Formats: sequence, structure tokens, C-alpha cells
Amino acid sequence: MPVIATEKPQMDLLRFATAGSVDDGKSTLIGRLLFDSKSIFADQLEAIENTSEARGDDYVDLSLLTDGLRSEREQGITIDVAYRYFATPQRKFIIADTPGHIQYTRNMVTGASTADLGLVLVDARNGLTEQSRRHAVLLSLLRVPHLVLAINKMDLVDWDEEIYNKIHAEFTQFATKLNIPDLEVIPISALQGDNVVNRSENTPWYEGPTLMHHLEHVHVASDRDLVDVRFPVQYVVRPKSDEFHDYRGYAGQVAGGVLKKGDEVIVLPSGMTSRIAGIDLFDKEVDQAFPPMSVTVRLEDDVDVSRGDMIARVNNAPTPSQDIDAMVCWMTNEPLRPRQKLAIKHTTRNGRALVKDIQYRLDINTLHRDQETKELGLNEIGRIQLRTTVPLLVDEYSKNRTTGSFILIDEATGVTVGAGMINSAG
Amino acid sequence: MTQTHADYQLSQLDQLEAESIHIFREVAAEFEKPVLMFSGGKDSIVMLRLAEKAFYPAKIPFPILQIDNGLDFDEVGETRDRWVQRLGVKLVVASIDDAIARGIVVDDGKTSRNRLQTPTLLNAIEENGFTAAFGGGRRDEEKARAKERVYSHRDEFGQWDPKMQRPELWSLYNGRLHAGEHMRIFPISNWTELDIWDYIRREEIEIPQIYFAHQRRVFERDGMLMSETPLNPLREGEVVTERTVRFRTCGDITLTGCVESTASTLDEIIEEISVARLTERGATRGDDRFSEAAMEDRKKEGYF
Repeated sequence: MPVIATEKPQMDLLRFATAGSVDDGKSTLIGRLLFDSKSIFADQLEAIENTSEARGDDYVDLSLLTDGLRSEREQGITIDVAYRYFATPQRKFIIADTPGHIQYTRNMVTGASTADLGLVLVDARNGLTEQSRRHAVLLSLLRVPHLVLAINKMDLVDWDEEIYNKIHAEFTQFATKLNIPDLEVIPISALQGDNVVNRSENTPWYEGPTLMHHLEHVHVASDRDLVDVRFPVQYVVRPKSDEFHDYRGYAGQVAGGVLKKGDEVIVLPSGMTSRIAGIDLFDKEVDQAFPPMSVTVRLEDDVDVSRGDMIARVNNAPTPSQDIDAMVCWMTNEPLRPRQKLAIKHTTRNGRALVKDIQYRLDINTLHRDQETKELGLNEIGRIQLRTTVPLLVDEYSKNRTTGSFILIDEATGVTVGAGMINSAG
Repeated sequence: MTQTHADYQLSQLDQLEAESIHIFREVAAEFEKPVLMFSGGKDSIVMLRLAEKAFYPAKIPFPILQIDNGLDFDEVGETRDRWVQRLGVKLVVASIDDAIARGIVVDDGKTSRNRLQTPTLLNAIEENGFTAAFGGGRRDEEKARAKERVYSHRDEFGQWDPKMQRPELWSLYNGRLHAGEHMRIFPISNWTELDIWDYIRREEIEIPQIYFAHQRRVFERDGMLMSETPLNPLREGEVVTERTVRFRTCGDITLTGCVESTASTLDEIIEEISVARLTERGATRGDDRFSEAAMEDRKKEGYF
């Protein structure tokens, strides 16, 4: 057995993003998950009880737990992504709580970019709305591998199995057009807690898991690419100390595949080859490294390697390319236009990019491709072609979310203005 | 032997550690002059440990900055000195007393030292030309912090504008700055209080003794147990008694309360935290009690 220098996983981590329209009960559901998993502390509860009372509410508004900013509490809406934490004996959870409004598409893209699972909430009384479809499209576009459709407020439709079946069927039909490898549809009442943590007696016809059970058991370990070795070099470690005079290590976080001591590797873009002399995890040497480990790799030969380079396997390496075809979500008021120049960050590589063409704008409600479009506005998503100043070492986003993604930065303001998912090089 | 995917799983602590180390390296590679803000508390010390790991066997390639408010616990300074010596890092101390003497801040006798920390910190960042300042803030601490990015942009006045935050996608951090601006960096954003304690136990990290149960002369103020010290004169009606206590956070001695506890080992502390009914800040930090948005308001001014 190879030595894995880290402890055996006693508890693992699931990151999930929530989406839902304003009144679908998303904050209540999150409040319920936190409350029922005993992750709300007495002083937090007391604070929101006082606020609810001061406002004249006759119930404790659990959404106050998640709306952390003054302007959010004033307006009673969520305007930005917030991250929440809770744990059960099985797992630790990080929730990216993203706002549902269309004008906050960029926030949902932000939250979904790191999620293993997407949770879309619908109101059983309204069925699928444009927004629920839009959320599913975004989660599919961002390649969130698992999706849960939680049909909420079942108490308000008398726990009607027909309604559940109808929404289930309608969504399954819609999902055939998307890329959703794993879907679970769960009837719940966030307000009363049915099928959230505890199985509900009101849904004897429902045989699936409760929401919490599903979150605790959904299998995410195989979602990572463990075949194609991708190691973007982040930092060169050269101590030049007496003890480590000749030490030269390449530090980074494994983005794909399994690196092993002795493997023959290629360094891109130079194309030089060498073998892995050792993999260091702090002061321990390990036999292998896999995503998302942060390690330091030493090579047998003294080849020139610097930040922005990528270590891969000799017969399985990305092709350096200056021409990128990608889907991009635009995140700022000033529209994206052809001929525009932007800064680009891809893995550990920085460069500049020229927008060569905007091929189409994707209507995320209808999936219609508008090819007449000349620009992309705030919160719009489209397919574009870029030419970059430096070659990027890319994979398709569908194969690797790390080597397939990039951000675009406005050079004048320094603000992140676009999120890109690569279709192909060229 | 055929390997299955199950062989390639990391525990959540290892995942958090890998993510934090990635952030430390990104900042060291892309910023001209980073610094690590160090308060001496458990989060700062975990940060030092993570920075040590990120660059090993090289030394940490940036100095550490402590804002000395003159009201720190002695044990905190002693622990700090041992860490600084072991790691061989440069320590920059900016003291509030010095800032008062130089007229950078005004001590009107009414403003708490906690409020004077912010301009002292901003001045130290400006004078030293630091472009990135690591902080040990965690999103689980407080609801305004839950909204904070890992890279938190500060303008030339050091201000945080929660409505103008840069979207943060995947692990692609944007560190672009204009002259005079700086970035606050929070590598342990995704850690919880319990994660910190689990990590301290796993890594056998040395922390100040005040985190462990000990006998202390204390008095009650605003529902909290405060240390008897000449720095914090008694008010009318306050009575000092000796009790067995420990601290959950390390801050200004005049504002940081302790809790009654017999937890004298890391195992016992973790057991206690696991069933705690109060957050660490709610239980023991006077500075968060000024208003519902106390943390948000201080952060907008430049607090970390």
C-alpha cells in the first residue's frame, strides 16, 4: 500500500450552493438546517429574536441569520453570497448562500463555481418558474455534479403526491436538455421541518431520502479527475540555507490526476521532460499527491521551471494555446464588446486577452442562442473567442473545473468582470 | 493492488489546510509586500503554522505585524516571541502608545483601545508600504464576516465596501491594486472554531496558556467575567472573586471576557466547544456588543 501521509478521512467536506427565488423559503431552509443540526448558538438566536420582535414580527425570522449586512436587513433581501458552516457527525458542510434575483446571476455563478452540489428550491404552489429553470441552467453550465430539487411548502398543497409528481416530471423533462448527472427531487416543508432532517409522516408516498440524509451521503469523491495529471506551478521554493542549499521545489495545488514519485513528467510550455524525484508535504515526503492536495514537487533534472508553468504526464498534457473558445458570464455594468482588451488569469498564469468575437448570447430562460448580439451585458452569458498574449495550458471545463476556468479583469479598475469556462482551445 | 477513488480522499481538515496553503503561496507569488497580521491568539498562531508549511523548507517570505494595544495578556507576548524565534521571521510592532505619542491617533479617554487599533494598523500598513495583509478572520465568527471574500479589497483609506466586493470564482484570486490600496487576505475563511481546535490538537501547536483552565481573580461586567488588572479599574459594585476559568479568544484584556471552565487539555477544550451554546465572540468579546452591526461598521473603517 502506498503511504498517504495524511490522516484517514474521519470526516469529509461537502460544498453546496443554494438557489431559489425570493419567496421560496431559502433562508428559512438554511435556518432550519442550521437549527436542526444544532449549529445555531444561543446568542445568535437571541439576537434574531430581539430583531424580529423589534420589527413587530410575530415569529422568529430565521432569514436574519443569513442576511449579514445592514443593507440586506433593511431591504429584507440577500444581495451577496454568504458562506455558512455546519457539521453533522458524518460531514462538514460549507453552504454558499446565493441570491435568487436575476440581477445577481453573477453571485450565483460565484457560489456555484466551487460547489459539489446545487440545491434549487421551488414553491410547490407555483411549480417550476423561469427562475428555477435558470438556476438549473446555471448549475449545469458550471458543471456542479449533483443537483437537488427541493419542492418546498408541501404543507400548503396538502402534501399532494400528484403535485410532487407533476413538478418532478416537468423538471426531468427540462433536465434532458442540460448536463445534470445526478438529480434528487425531495418534497419538503422548510418552515415545519418535514423531510429536512426528519422523515415526514405527511409524505408516506415518498420513498427517497430526507434532504439532510442525502447531503450527508451523496458520493462526491469520484467527481474529481484522477486520471489526467495537472499541476500548475504556483511558487518556486528555494531556501538557499545551509541545511537545504540545493533544494529546489515547485509548490502548487494538484488540479488533476495522481502524481507519483518516479513518474516521467513534462513541463509546459517549455516541453522539457524529467522525473519526479520526490513530493513533499511540509516536512514529510509522500509517495503520491492527488487533488486538492497542496504539495511541493522536486524533479530529478535541473530544468527551468517557474510560476505559471504546468507539470503533466508526457503523453497526456494540455496543448498550449493562445486561442480560447469559452462560455463567459459577464459581471459588470459596462458591456463586453468585440476588440476589448482585458487581463486574464488562468490557473497560475496571468496575461492579456483580446475579445475576437462574441458568437452568441445564451438566453438562460429558453436556452435560445441569440447570434445577432453585438455585446454581453451585466449578468449575461455568451460564447466568445479570445486571443491571449501568453499561451494558456487549458482543458475543457467539462473535464477539469480548475484548468478549464479563467477570470477576466478590467485593467483600468482592477475589478473581476468575467468568469470563463473553456469549450476548447482554438 | 487496484486503487479505488476512496484511496484518494482527504479529510476536511486536510482539505482546509490545502486550500489555505494555496492562498498563502498565491499571495507570496503575486504581491510585492505582504505581511501577516498577528494578534497572538489561536487563529493567528494557526496562520503562522500554515505559512510555515506553505514555504517549507524555506523561511516564511514576509514579516509579521502586531498591533500592540498595550493591553494584551503577558502570556500572549511570550508565546509570540517563542514563535518568532523558532521561525526566524521578522516582527514589526506598531504600538498604540507610540501612535498616540506621534499624534496619529488621539486618546480622548473615551475611545476604547480597540477603536484606536484601526488607524494604528492603517498607518503601519501605509508607512511600511505593505500591499497585502493576511488576517486570521473566519466567516463563522460573525455575520458580516460571513460576507467577506478571501481577498478583501481596501481602498487608499483602508475602507471595506461590502457592496463593491470582487466576485471570487473557483480558486482564481484577483490581487490587482492601484497605488495606495491594499488587500486583506483571509486564508482561514472557511475554517470554524472547532476546525481550529482540531488542527491545534493534530499539529500539536503551542498556544498561550490562558486558553486552558486556570485560577484567576475575576469580576462580572456586562454579563462577562473580566480579569482583575490595574489596566481595567473596578466600577462601583463590582466584586472580585477567584474562579476556574479559561479564554476562548485573545484580545484586549479590558474587553475580553473568560468563561468558567475546567477544560485543561485540548481534548477537554474540544469537548467543551462541541457542545457550547454561545459563539466565542458573543460569549467573550465586549467589542462586538456596541451595536448589531458593530463588526460591519468597524470593518468598513479598516478594522480586520
